[in-house]
Amino acid sequence: MKLQKVLFKLIVPIIAVMLGLLIGGIIMLSSGYDPVLAYTALFNGIFSDSYFIGETVRQMTPLILSGIAVAFAFRTGLFNIGVEGQLLVGWLASVYVGIAVEGLPAFIHVPLAILAGAVAGAIWGFVPGLLKARFRVHEVITTIMLNYVALHVTNSIIRAYLLAPGERTESIQPSASLASPFLQEITNFSRMHYGFIVALLAAALMWYILWKTTAGYELRAVGFNEHASNYAGINVSKNIILSMCISGGFAGVAGAMQGLGTYQYMTINAAFTGVGFDGIAVALLGGNGAIGIVLAALLFGGLKIGALNMQAVAKVPPELITIVIALIIFFVASSYLVHWLRNRINKRGKI
Amino acid sequence: MKKRYGLLMSMVLAAGTLLSACGGGEEEGSGDAGEKKDDSFKVAMVTDTGGVDDKSFNQSAWEGLTKFGKDHDLKEKEGYTYLQSNAQSDYRPNLNNLIRQGYDLVFGIGFLMQQDIQEVANQQKDAQLALVDSVAVGEDGKPLENVASITFKEHQGSFLVGLVAGLQSKTNKVGFIGGVESELIKKFESGFKAGVLTANPDAEIMVQYAGDFNDAAKGATIASTFYGKGADIIYHAAGGTGTGVFTEAINQKKNGKDVWVIGVDRDQFAEGIYDKANNKSVTLTSMVKRVDTAVYEVSKQTMEGNFPGGEVVEFGLDEDGVGIAPTKDNVSEEALKMVEEYKEKIVNGDVKVPKTDKEFETFKSEM
Repeated sequence: MKLQKVLFKLIVPIIAVMLGLLIGGIIMLSSGYDPVLAYTALFNGIFSDSYFIGETVRQMTPLILSGIAVAFAFRTGLFNIGVEGQLLVGWLASVYVGIAVEGLPAFIHVPLAILAGAVAGAIWGFVPGLLKARFRVHEVITTIMLNYVALHVTNSIIRAYLLAPGERTESIQPSASLASPFLQEITNFSRMHYGFIVALLAAALMWYILWKTTAGYELRAVGFNEHASNYAGINVSKNIILSMCISGGFAGVAGAMQGLGTYQYMTINAAFTGVGFDGIAVALLGGNGAIGIVLAALLFGGLKIGALNMQAVAKVPPELITIVIALIIFFVASSYLVHWLRNRINKRGKI
Repeated sequence: MKKRYGLLMSMVLAAGTLLSACGGGEEEGSGDAGEKKDDSFKVAMVTDTGGVDDKSFNQSAWEGLTKFGKDHDLKEKEGYTYLQSNAQSDYRPNLNNLIRQGYDLVFGIGFLMQQDIQEVANQQKDAQLALVDSVAVGEDGKPLENVASITFKEHQGSFLVGLVAGLQSKTNKVGFIGGVESELIKKFESGFKAGVLTANPDAEIMVQYAGDFNDAAKGATIASTFYGKGADIIYHAAGGTGTGVFTEAINQKKNGKDVWVIGVDRDQFAEGIYDKANNKSVTLTSMVKRVDTAVYEVSKQTMEGNFPGGEVVEFGLDEDGVGIAPTKDNVSEEALKMVEEYKEKIVNGDVKVPKTDKEFETFKSEM
């Protein structure tokens, strides 16, 4: 039974990806592009050589963390749309610590900078958590609005205090950097960095907190049924705030990965990075579980990196690639919906 | 039971990733070497998030590259091509991708790409890169040997539109709206101010920076303030913020006020049209920056074997890299004559246009 369940869980998204590729192929064919060449380029652009694998891992890293952030809040019945904003403040805080603190060895400086990102993200998550717990303000609204606050506040801080030529901050000290010449060398100068270890650890941490600790049990209980939890003596308000803080913390670490790993600095962002919003899709595709999220992030990251090669080799315009990616995501997401409905019906049937 | 499967899956995944990473690494070298032996010249560019239809910088660069390709019988998408970046994080993979495909020259469009160009140039010593609008330097602060840096003498072009503004202002008050205060935008400001004062020593010039290149609302607010204070011509060097200046000017024009905007980077006549039937525009003129010319020239030099690596290639009035827009419907005869006169003087070196605040002060005191 169990094996069947796992297989089913795997097969559904695979079929969905196939369906997405098929319809995407038909669209490409009708617009005069060669879908076989395009998909070969997509596949080669993910797996064909170490450079692409390195870039895929680099792209996955923040997606795993933003996915975890969304999923963690979701387990407590909260819909954290504010991952994007929490990511931005986390990015800025980690870069600030990376620039301003000098003379520390890397094994202290790196964790310190990541921690700064986590704390900043947690504070950004604490506000909507508090508003929800105290005044029952819906977290979807407050988190969306705080995204804009984060975007403009971080831009404004960079402009006022940290500006370097090129609309960005100075680069961080080498001691705070997650970038690794070794990893870059074996991946033929991709920007792969040690952040993927942080992301995998975070996935393990999420699983541990939720499933192995009392606090996690309480968090999940609140997610299942607030009133029952309250009746059972669980402090619902405290758990809502805690959940938003931890969720924001993960999002902040995602930002730190961008700042300490990929870029080594923070730019003035004209618009949202999208990593936080993609996190919502990653969490849903991954079924809000640690392993699922890692796999979903692999799919997302791979598609994004592969798409660049699709544009370069198969000459498919980037707009068309976006449509194909959207189709794949759409089918995976709707299969999740079907899956969820099926489970619901099964459960009802049993009762 | 469930836990065990989870663990197993993650192990398989991890092992798969690691193993494939190793495998890929070995094959890498041979594949690359083969591609680079292509004889025909290939050139490509990486756009930023605007894409090649952004009606501005990227579009202009792509027009230049397309013209180059057509003139030299290159095949589109093989001999010359572009890659669009969907996010800032795409700059580097796109640059690398084109280099690995064996393009002889790869352009990065816009100073936002500076950091990525620098690092790619350091890693791929054999690649020939070009950076538009900024100077790529190594860690020692010296220009990188395998990057051609393309910059423009925006102050010269701004001087010419300044002359037009100085002559055609009826209120003797003109405005300048900048995007983000920086060395680059200061060139526009200083050149413009010098031009205005040359044509009209009594003119009052208002200057304000929006602090943003993409805030149309702020552009409109500042424009409204300037027009309110009596300015009748505003020159903007503010990218997307400038669209707000046009919006405000069009509104004021429709209410019967006599106001003008001077566009930037390309001929912005179309942006200022308020009366479609009669093709009337609030755009007095525009300071054009010929990114297309620059891209064309550098491609040509590289193809002929004279890649200007390590050099800063400056495009000014002399090289037709900057200038006044071809649409001259709203510019008076007198102003055009003066523009031609000073164009010659600048090219000859008789007039030295200031590009910083300090140079402007000197310029002013010598007048």
